[in-house]
Amino acid sequence: MIGGLFIYNHKGEVLISRVYRDDIGNRRNAVDAFRVNVIHARQQVRSPVTNIARTSFFHVKRSNIWLAAVTKQNVNAAMVFEFLYKMCDVMTAYFGKISEENIKNNFVLIYELLDEILDFGYPQNSETGALKTFITQQGIKSQTKEEQSQITSQVTGQIGWRREGIKYRRNELFLDVLESVNLLMSPQGQVLSAHVSGRVVMKSYLSGMPECKFGMNDKIVIEKQGKGTADETGKSELGSGKQSIAIDDCTFHQCVRLSKFDSERSISFIPPDGEFELMRYRTTKDIILPFRVIPLVREVGRTKLEVKVVIKSNFKPSLLAQKIEVRIPTPLNTSGVQVICMKGKAKYKASENAIVWKIKRMAGMKESQISAEIELLPTNDKKKWARPPISMNFEVPFAPSGLKVRYLKVFEPKLNYSDHDVIKWVRYIGRSGIYETRC
Amino acid sequence: MLTTIKQKACYSAALYCLTFLNKTGATLTFCKGKSKEAEIKRINKELANIRSKFKGDKALDGYSKKKYVCKLLFIFLLGHDIDFGHMEAVNLLSSNRYTEKQIGYLFISVLVNSNSELIRLINNAIKNDLASRNPTFMGLALHCIANVGSREMAEAFAGEIPKILVAGDTMDSVKQSAALCLLRLYRTSPDLVPMGDWTSRVVHLLNDQHLGVVTAATSLITTLAQKNPEEFKTSVSLAVSRLSRIVTSASTDLQDYTYYFVPAPWLSVKLLRLLQCYPPPDPAVRGRLTECLETILNKAQEPPKSKKVQHSNAKNAVLFEAISLIIHHDSEPNLLVRACNQLGQFLQHRETNLRYLALESMCTLASSEFSHEAVKTHIETVINALKTERDVSVRQRAVDLLYAMCDRSNAQQIVAEMLNYLETADYSIREEIVLKVAILAEKYAVDYTWYVDTILNLIRIAGDYVSEEVWYRVIQIVINRDDVQGYAAKTVFEALQAPACHENLVKVGGYILGEFGNLIAGDPRSSPLIQFNLLHSKFHLCSVPTRALLLSTYIKFVNLFPEIKTTIQDVLRSDSQLKNADVELQQRAVEYLRLSTIASTDILATVLEEMPPFPERESSILAKLKKKKGPGTVTDLEEIKKERSSDMNGSAEPASVNASAVSTPSPSADLLGLGAAPLTNSAPPPSSSGSLLVDVFSDSASAVAPLAPGSDDNFASPDLASSEVVSEEPADTVHDADELFHKFVCKNNGVLFENQLLQIGLKSEFRQNLGRMFIFYGNKTSTQFLNFTPTVICSDDLQPSLNLQTKPVDPTVDGGAQVQQVVNIECVSDFMEAPILNIQFRYGGTFQNLSVKLPITLNKFFQPTEMSSQDFFQRWKQLSNPKQEVQNIFKAKHPMDAEITKAKIIGFGSALLEEVDPNPANFVGAGIIHTKTTQIGCLLRLEPNLQAQMYRLTLRTSKEAVSQRLCELLSEQF
Repeated sequence: MIGGLFIYNHKGEVLISRVYRDDIGNRRNAVDAFRVNVIHARQQVRSPVTNIARTSFFHVKRSNIWLAAVTKQNVNAAMVFEFLYKMCDVMTAYFGKISEENIKNNFVLIYELLDEILDFGYPQNSETGALKTFITQQGIKSQTKEEQSQITSQVTGQIGWRREGIKYRRNELFLDVLESVNLLMSPQGQVLSAHVSGRVVMKSYLSGMPECKFGMNDKIVIEKQGKGTADETGKSELGSGKQSIAIDDCTFHQCVRLSKFDSERSISFIPPDGEFELMRYRTTKDIILPFRVIPLVREVGRTKLEVKVVIKSNFKPSLLAQKIEVRIPTPLNTSGVQVICMKGKAKYKASENAIVWKIKRMAGMKESQISAEIELLPTNDKKKWARPPISMNFEVPFAPSGLKVRYLKVFEPKLNYSDHDVIKWVRYIGRSGIYETRC
Repeated sequence: MLTTIKQKACYSAALYCLTFLNKTGATLTFCKGKSKEAEIKRINKELANIRSKFKGDKALDGYSKKKYVCKLLFIFLLGHDIDFGHMEAVNLLSSNRYTEKQIGYLFISVLVNSNSELIRLINNAIKNDLASRNPTFMGLALHCIANVGSREMAEAFAGEIPKILVAGDTMDSVKQSAALCLLRLYRTSPDLVPMGDWTSRVVHLLNDQHLGVVTAATSLITTLAQKNPEEFKTSVSLAVSRLSRIVTSASTDLQDYTYYFVPAPWLSVKLLRLLQCYPPPDPAVRGRLTECLETILNKAQEPPKSKKVQHSNAKNAVLFEAISLIIHHDSEPNLLVRACNQLGQFLQHRETNLRYLALESMCTLASSEFSHEAVKTHIETVINALKTERDVSVRQRAVDLLYAMCDRSNAQQIVAEMLNYLETADYSIREEIVLKVAILAEKYAVDYTWYVDTILNLIRIAGDYVSEEVWYRVIQIVINRDDVQGYAAKTVFEALQAPACHENLVKVGGYILGEFGNLIAGDPRSSPLIQFNLLHSKFHLCSVPTRALLLSTYIKFVNLFPEIKTTIQDVLRSDSQLKNADVELQQRAVEYLRLSTIASTDILATVLEEMPPFPERESSILAKLKKKKGPGTVTDLEEIKKERSSDMNGSAEPASVNASAVSTPSPSADLLGLGAAPLTNSAPPPSSSGSLLVDVFSDSASAVAPLAPGSDDNFASPDLASSEVVSEEPADTVHDADELFHKFVCKNNGVLFENQLLQIGLKSEFRQNLGRMFIFYGNKTSTQFLNFTPTVICSDDLQPSLNLQTKPVDPTVDGGAQVQQVVNIECVSDFMEAPILNIQFRYGGTFQNLSVKLPITLNKFFQPTEMSSQDFFQRWKQLSNPKQEVQNIFKAKHPMDAEITKAKIIGFGSALLEEVDPNPANFVGAGIIHTKTTQIGCLLRLEPNLQAQMYRLTLRTSKEAVSQRLCELLSEQF
C-alpha cells in the first residue's frame, strides 16, 4: 500500500508531503532520497519506478511537477500509477493546469483531497464529481442535515459517482473518441510496429439517474448479431468486413456494469455527472495510417548531407488534417542548413538539432515534399551519426482505428424524457502518438 | 591527487571563463536556465552557432576564436560533451597574445584526450613555448604539463624540465613552476624522471634568493629524498641554514612571504618536513638546528602579534611541525620536555583543533623515554579533557594519550579514570576503552586483587563491550596465580549477588567458583549450597554456551562439595536439563549425571581436578586491540611501548605476561585454547587413565576433549590431520598404522610411527629393482631403552619375491637419543603384502612390543616413462584384455586439488603425461615396474568428477595381480 505521497517542483523542493504509513521511516530521508537519486540524478532517470534502500518510489511528471508515491511494500505498481494519474485528473478538475503556482495556491485543498482519496495508503473514491459535492473550493459552509445524509448515502451507497436529484432543462451529452496512433516504419515503408490507443470521453448533462447503453462497431458484437438474424447474414458480413474493428483490450470506467459486458458484451452504465472517461482501448489490426513518410538521405563526402522527405496523406480527400509537423533530425556536427519546401514552413532549429517543417492544413490523398542540404563540421569523433528516425505530429478528424459509435441510448424511467429528447454530439479526433519513420 | 588537480583546473577554468565571458558581454546565461531541458536547448543552439563560425569559410580573428573556445570550455564544464574545437584551441597556442594562449592551454588541460595527431601538435606548441625564453609563456606551458600530467607528457618533457630548473638564466617564477611541474611528473610516473647531475644542483636551489623558488624546490626535494635519501643528503645542512635564517628574521624582512606576521610559514613547514626524512644531523649542524627549534618554541610563548585566526594558525602549523621533528629525532631531552610543556598549554586552549593536535602529538611524545615523565605531569589535564571535552574525536585522543602515558606509577589512577569515563563514553569507542583498561590493568598490576577488582568492575560497567578475550584472560591469570584465587572467588561471589549482572560476569563467576569455590566455602555466608543456589538463580537467564559452562561448574561442585551432590544431581536430572532441546546441554547433563553417580570419589577427584596453569602466551587482548586499530597505528605505538616497558619494568613482573610480544600467530588466538578444541568423539570424560585431565570448561560447541598433561600443543584430532595434505610432514600421533602406511605410498621420507615413548622415522631411496631404507628410532623419554631389538619380518608369501637384509642395532638406546638402522631391499618379482617391522624393548621395567608395517610397496620400483599421446593410446589398446584392466570408482577423501593430485601421481612413481588425455581435467600416467625377473609396463588414468567428488581410476598393466595391487594402493591416496 502507498506509504506516502510527495509533490516536488522541478528544483526538487517539496511542495506537498503526505505520509500515510510509518513504514517509510524518516520522512525527510525518503524525501531527500528521491530528490537526490531521481530529480537531481546525473543521468536522467527513465524508469518510473525507482528502488532506493528497499523503498520504492513511483513517479509521474506533469510539466515541471513531480508526483511521487512511496512505499516499502510490494504493491501493485499498476494500481499506484492508476492512482497517480487519477490524482492528476482530480487536481486538474479542481484547479486547472498542474503547475507549481497552482499547487502553492491550493495547499489546503490538495491536503483535503489527499485525505479523502487515500486512506491508510488504500485508494478510495477518486471520482471528481463525487468529491466535488463535499470538498469544495469555497469556504467552509455548514451543510444541512439532509445534505449530510445525502452525501453519506452517496459516498457509501451503490452508485458512488452520481448523486440523486440532478436536473437539467436541456438533456445533452457529448461523446469524444480520442485516439493516438503510434507507428514505426522502416525506410522502405515496411510497418515495424503500429498500434492505436484510444479513449472514449463522455460529457453528460442528464437529469435524474439515467441508464445509458453504448454501442460501437466491435467485431464480436457485430458478428454475434449477424448470427442472430440469419437472413441478414450476407449483408452484415459485407458490412462488418469493413465496418467492424477488433479491439485488443479495453478498460472501463467504474460505472460500467462489467458483468453485463462479460456476458452480452454490451456497455451499459449510469454516467457520472459532467466529464469522464468511459473507456480506454487499444487496437493493432487494420489501422488506417493517415500519413506516409518517404525519406531519402544521401551523404555527400564528410561535410555534406542531402535530405529529401515526401509525405503523402492517405485518407478521404474531403477530410482535412491539421497541425502537421515533421521533424527531421540533423547530425550533431551540423554547421549550416538550407531548406526548400513546397508547402508550409520549414526551419532548422539548432536548439533541438532538427529541421522542423510545419504545415497548417492538408487534405486527403495529397503529397508534399521538402529537401534540405546540411553542411557538417568535421570532428575528431569517430562515432557515426546514429540517424534517429523522422517523427511526425498531426491531427485528423477521424478515428485511425476505424472505431465508429453506433448508438448511445438513454433511458430514464422515473423522469419523463426519452431517448429522442436527448441531444447527442459525437466527435472523432485522431492524433499522432509516436509516429516515426526510420531514415 | 590526480582528480583534485584536475578539479582545481576545472574550477579555475570555469571561473576564468565566466569572468571573461561576462566581461566581453558574450554572456552565456544557460546556467541560470529554468530547467534542464531549457538549458540543453540553449546549449544546442550555442553549439550550432559556434560550429557555423568554425566552419572554416572565413578565417576567424584571434579574439573571436578565443571567445568561442572559451564558450566551448564552459559548456564542457557544465557537463556536456564537446567533440570539436580542439584544432582551434591548438591554434590559439601559437598566438602571441597572452590571453589567447592562456585560453588555449586551459582548453587543452581540461579537455585533452590521447588523440595522437593532436598530442603531437600540442607537444610541439609546448616545446616552442618552453624554448621561447618568455617567462609567462614558459609558465603557461609548464602549468599545462603539470595539469595534464599524463604519461605522454612525462615522456616528452621529463628530460627537458630539469634543465630549465637548474639553468642559470631561468627566471625565478619559471623555476618555481618547473620545480612543481617536475614534482607532479615524478609523482605520476617516477620511472620517467631521469636522475642525473641536476639533482645536486637542485639541492642548491635551497639557497636561492627567491623564497618562492625555495618553497617549490623544498617540496620537490622532500619527495625525491623520500625515494633516494642518499642523493639528497647535502640538503640537510642547507635546509637547516635556510630555516635558521627564516626563524631569526624579523617579521617584516621577508615582505611578500610574511603571512600575518609569521615569516614564511609554508616554507618553514616544508623545510621541517624535509628534515624529517633524515636522522639527526652531525653535531655542528645539529647545534644550529636545535637553536632554530628553540627559537620556534620561544616564539610560541610570545604573545600573539595579531588577533586574527590566520596568525595563530600559521604559527601553530610551524610549531607542530617543529614538534614532530623533535619527536622524530628523539635525541634532545631538553627540547622534548619543552615541546611537551608547550603542548600542555594547548591542552586547555579554546580551539578544539589545537587540543586535538596537542593530544595527538603528546601520544607520540609519551613514547619517548626523555619526555615520558614530562607528559605524565599533564595527567590531570588529560583526565579533565576526558570528562569535559565536547568533541568525541578529542576524547578519543585523550583516551589514547592516557593509554600511552600509563606506567606503573599512575596505572591505578588512569585505570580508575578510564573506568569512570566508560560509564558515559560514546558507544563507538567503548570496546576499545574496555580493551585498553584490560591491558593496562594486567600489565601494571602490582597487586592482583586490584586486577581482579578492575576487571570485574569492567564487566559490571560495560559488560556488552567486554569481549571473550578479556574474560578468558582474567580466568587465565587467576588460575595461574595462587595468591589471588581466594580473593577472586570471594569477589565474584559478592559481585554475583547483585540482582542483575551481566552474562560475562556469570561466566567468570561460574568458572572461578567451580575451580576455587572451596576456598570460600568455610564462611557460612558463602557455604556450598548458597554458592550453588546463587549460580543456579542466574542459570535460566543465560544463553546456551553460558549454561553449558554452568553445568560444568556444577559437576565441579560435586567434586568440591560432596555434601550438595544430591542437590546437583536433582538439578541435572530435571527434565529441563535431561531433555533440553539443545544437544550440547542435554549431553552434558546426561554425562555429568552418570559421571557423578558411577564414579568413585577418587576418580571424580582426578577427573575434575583443578585446571593446571596455562602456558604463558601473548595476551590476545593486545592482539585484538591491534586488529581493531588497524596495523599501522597501534603497532608503532606498541613497539615503542615494548622497548620502553622492557627498559623500565625489566624483569620486575614475574607473572605478568609479556604483553607486548609483537608477533601474533593468529590475531584471534583464543586465550584458553578452548575455541580450538576440536570435536573428537563425544565420549564422557574418560575415567580410566589416571593422569589424564579433563577440560571441563571447553567453551566451544563440542564437549570434552581429553588432553595430555601440559601438551595441548601437540594434540590434534585425526580429522584435522586427514584434512591436511598428505605430502606434509605429519607431526601428530595417529595410531592407525594403516593410514600412516598409505601416506608412504607416495613419498619416501617421514615419520612412520610415534607414541609417547618412541618415534620411528624413515628415509628411503629406490632405483630400478633395488632400494635402501634408513630407519631412525628416537627415544622420547629420558630413560634408557634396554634390549632394543627391531626385526623385519617377511611373511611366507612375501619371502620369495622380496629380499631384505638388515643390520643389527645397538640394544640400548639412551634417553633422548636416536639410533639408525639400514635395510637393503631387492625386488625379485611383484608382491602384494608389506613386510612387518617388529620392535621389542624394555622401558622402566616393562616389556614393550610393537609392530608396524614397513612401507615397502610395489610402486616403489616404478620407473617413469614419457610417451606421446599416440603411443599411449596405442599401448592402452594393446592391454585391452579384461584381466589386465582394473577399474575403481571411489569417493574423494581429500579436497580435489589438481596440483596436489599431480604431485601424488608423480610421487607414486609413474610419469605424469601432460596433454595426452583429450580432457585436460584427467590425469594420465605411465611407467614400468622393475623386478629382478621381469619388467611390467603400466598405464594409468585418473578421472576426477568435481560435482560428485568422485574419482574413477583405471589401470592397465601386463599382469593382472600388479594392476590389482597398484589400484588398491593408489585408490587410497585421493
